Amino acid sequence: MKIAITSTGNSPEAKLDSRFGRCSFFVIYDTVSHSTEFIPNPYIENIEGAGLASANLIASKGAEKVVSGEFGAKVKSLFDSMKIKLVILKDPEKRINTIIELLNH
Amino acid sequence: MGISEENHPVVINFEEYEAIRLSDFEFHGHVEAAQIMGVSRPTYTRIYESARRKVAEAFVQGRTIVFEGGKVYFDSEWYSCNSCGCWFNHTEKGQKIDQCTLCGSTDIEQYFDNSQNPVNEDRCVCPNCGSETVHLPGTPCKNEICPACKCQMIRRGAPFNQGSGNNNCN
Repeated sequence: MKIAITSTGNSPEAKLDSRFGRCSFFVIYDTVSHSTEFIPNPYIENIEGAGLASANLIASKGAEKVVSGEFGAKVKSLFDSMKIKLVILKDPEKRINTIIELLNH
Repeated sequence: MGISEENHPVVINFEEYEAIRLSDFEFHGHVEAAQIMGVSRPTYTRIYESARRKVAEAFVQGRTIVFEGGKVYFDSEWYSCNSCGCWFNHTEKGQKIDQCTLCGSTDIEQYFDNSQNPVNEDRCVCPNCGSETVHLPGTPCKNEICPACKCQMIRRGAPFNQGSGNNNCN
């Protein structure tokens, strides 16, 4: 299964980005191959619609779960309709590799 | 369609239905109900007003009431994990969830939004010294006397210097 995580940087030591639509990087983690892919968020400078555009990007990568600090109302309903599960982690100090460890429970 | 011009149904949106449910069935005040619905108090009052007019229209003109449409979003069920401290939802309604999506712990509980603490509770405020007391429903604020400086109090948020009597302090 593929899981998307919002990240502040492009390394596993980077911390979780608490914003969804305007995070710096998306990490796509594959639980089967244990591979990670870092994608710079192309919508970070969007005046509007960054959340929805990011959600569609994540869906196109085939992620079934998204981990972030917060999701807006529009994004929530879009993810619901695409059957993508949301995880809210209110801990901006968590590192990407820690989250990946948690996911490998 | 078989429906004559006079008998086309009255369409009540889901948010209008919700407003009637909150105000007239559960007896919430507008401030409280607006918070529950996540809209501003004036917007809530507009929705409620529109709902009541539609109900009246249907009663008086003997028309059918149809519930449909409106700007509504049914949130999915949310859970909190006591092990890693995250919140997570699942998209299949009615399906039982027994472990955390993130860390796999079984120490989880379903989250209900019961933030009932009224942030915007009505308060009486003294226009002279600014001290506040909790507003008693049914008692006009101007009947309350400031415990500190004996001025007539006014409702918090109301413009100052409105009405008379505030010159009688001290």
